[in-house]
Amino acid sequence: MALDRWIALIILMISMAYGYAAFFTLDVGLPPFMQRNAIWPSTFPKVLSVLAISCALIILLGQGKGDAGPKEGDIDYRRLTDYNLGQAVLLLVMMAAYALMLRPVGFLISTTAFLTISAMVLGERRLQYLLPITLLATGLVWYLVQQVLGIYLRPLPYFLGTGG
Amino acid sequence: MLEGIMIGLTTAFTFSNILLVIGGCLIGTFIGMLPGLGPMSIISIMIPIAISIGDPSAALILLAGVYYGAIFGGSTSSILINAPGVASTVATSFDGYPLARAGKAGKALTVAAISSFCGGTIGAVLLMIFAPALATVALLFHSAEYFALMVVGLSAIAAFAGTGQVVKALLMTVLGLIMATVGEGALFNLPRFTMGIMDLQSGFGFVTLAMAMFALPEALYLVMDPSRSNNEAGGEIKDLRISRAEAKEIAPVIARQSIQGFLIGVLPGAGATIASFLGYAVERNIASKEDQEKFGKGSLKGLAAPEAANNAACTGSFVPLLTLGIPGSGTTAILLGALIALNVNPGPRLMVDKPEIFWAVIISMYIGNLVLLILNLPLIPYIAKILAVPRNYLIPFILFFTMMGAYIGQNNATELLLLVGLGICATVLRFADYPLAPLLIGFILGSMLEDNFARAMQLYDGLGFILARPMTMGLLGIAAVLIILPSYRARRARLRAKGIADGD
Repeated sequence: MALDRWIALIILMISMAYGYAAFFTLDVGLPPFMQRNAIWPSTFPKVLSVLAISCALIILLGQGKGDAGPKEGDIDYRRLTDYNLGQAVLLLVMMAAYALMLRPVGFLISTTAFLTISAMVLGERRLQYLLPITLLATGLVWYLVQQVLGIYLRPLPYFLGTGG
Repeated sequence: MLEGIMIGLTTAFTFSNILLVIGGCLIGTFIGMLPGLGPMSIISIMIPIAISIGDPSAALILLAGVYYGAIFGGSTSSILINAPGVASTVATSFDGYPLARAGKAGKALTVAAISSFCGGTIGAVLLMIFAPALATVALLFHSAEYFALMVVGLSAIAAFAGTGQVVKALLMTVLGLIMATVGEGALFNLPRFTMGIMDLQSGFGFVTLAMAMFALPEALYLVMDPSRSNNEAGGEIKDLRISRAEAKEIAPVIARQSIQGFLIGVLPGAGATIASFLGYAVERNIASKEDQEKFGKGSLKGLAAPEAANNAACTGSFVPLLTLGIPGSGTTAILLGALIALNVNPGPRLMVDKPEIFWAVIISMYIGNLVLLILNLPLIPYIAKILAVPRNYLIPFILFFTMMGAYIGQNNATELLLLVGLGICATVLRFADYPLAPLLIGFILGSMLEDNFARAMQLYDGLGFILARPMTMGLLGIAAVLIILPSYRARRARLRAKGIADGD
């Protein structure tokens, strides 16, 4: 089965769960006065779940020619390992780590680390250029966002205060 | 009217006001480039500064400059790194980014700047002439018509679906609508589909989803396939100028979309987003067969249409604000707040009581647009140079800016994890050739669609509104045509290939 049908299957299951919630669980706590309305909170989701299930079924069971093969300039997922998959996965891990570290470690350290390590994952080795650039960029963005725009970003690790 | 223009000109053309416009445009452009900070947030940041000026005309002139600058800045990140930070520039990235990848970043930015300029200027002219008349028309639009208008906007998906892809595009649209129902809606005061997770209470963030759908998959593609970044000409300055033939090609598009965008912008609540999507869809549908093939792959028409429509609609949204005191969009709502703080009450009396303010706003729109064009055209080669940054530096920075966009808006680190998760899903969807734009369009229009649908249902106690309101019927009819036309064309093309259709 081609990837697009697998995805259709997954979306089908999601929309069935969504439809179940819309049809059976969403209206349970609805107060009586709202039940007299022409529209309930579940009306629109019900319509959507029916639409989504039918579209997913058409793709899943359709007689379409399936995959037309990779288009030019596009990535062919059947040969995924031919590409720099490792780098991509590492970068995603870096992003997740950044999301988790941003609050506890503070903006300045986590951003510098993210930019530096990501560039090194991509193959940059000249630390003498890399570090000054990332430090400068981090400081600049922090200054712009926190000082100029007034949006709070905790600059330092949590045990060093709020940097207010 | 001439008298009014003279008043406006004398107010606007003072040394300090021109400085304010230039400053506003520059600030707007540069901050607008950061994904996540759209015109709305930038204007609200600038309001304290504007109010401290004290003179309402000068404050409005500054804010108008910021507004136009921010819109142009937002297009820049859409075109260069496929990261639309504002809903109204999503359609810009459909053709702008492919152009940038083909090494025509400079040309794409130039076309965007010129289309924006024309859209804004034509919009300002229309505003000047028709503002009072249009205000009454806008009031004819009720929730039923808005619902129908959103359906027309959604039927734009037909414009993004290739042959045999219509069902996929439809599924993605519905998925976007489903995502829009997550969280607490304005109408029902009831969290829906949050699965008990607090962070989902307010629903998915628009910027998070936009970054996850467009910028993140593109960045991952660049990582996985290094040859993708090599084939762009490194942001070279070549091809900056638009040839005579190209100008001829896009001129009618800009003219049409400026008028259409303005008219959509006049309707409170519709705004620049729908104008840009509809502009793109309409232009694609009326383009010739060869031109239609190019849409989505770097068509100048496809870039000019949403840019012109978007800017004209922004100008159009001033009509209800200045004539009725009704803000038609988030940005104009903030402007209304600023006006009231400056002791100006927009409404039907504004043109009579304080004509100098009314006309100063309109004149400042002209100046804002003109200054933006003059400032930005020389800057374009340097902005396009962003693409010449070595890959090892560019990609981490793109990832960082997408995350900042998602984080600044919500100030919530969970949003970043959501961004990564959705980005992975989007990349897999892209592998399987599912179009991602319809999902985002569905998400953007979803809550507006449901709110207006619910309101119409409540007012008419059922589906009766469709029959009771002719304008709703008409709009739904247009939506049906928009969906059916491409498949009809495809059918005809198939039949013609067999040599049958020519006889009819």
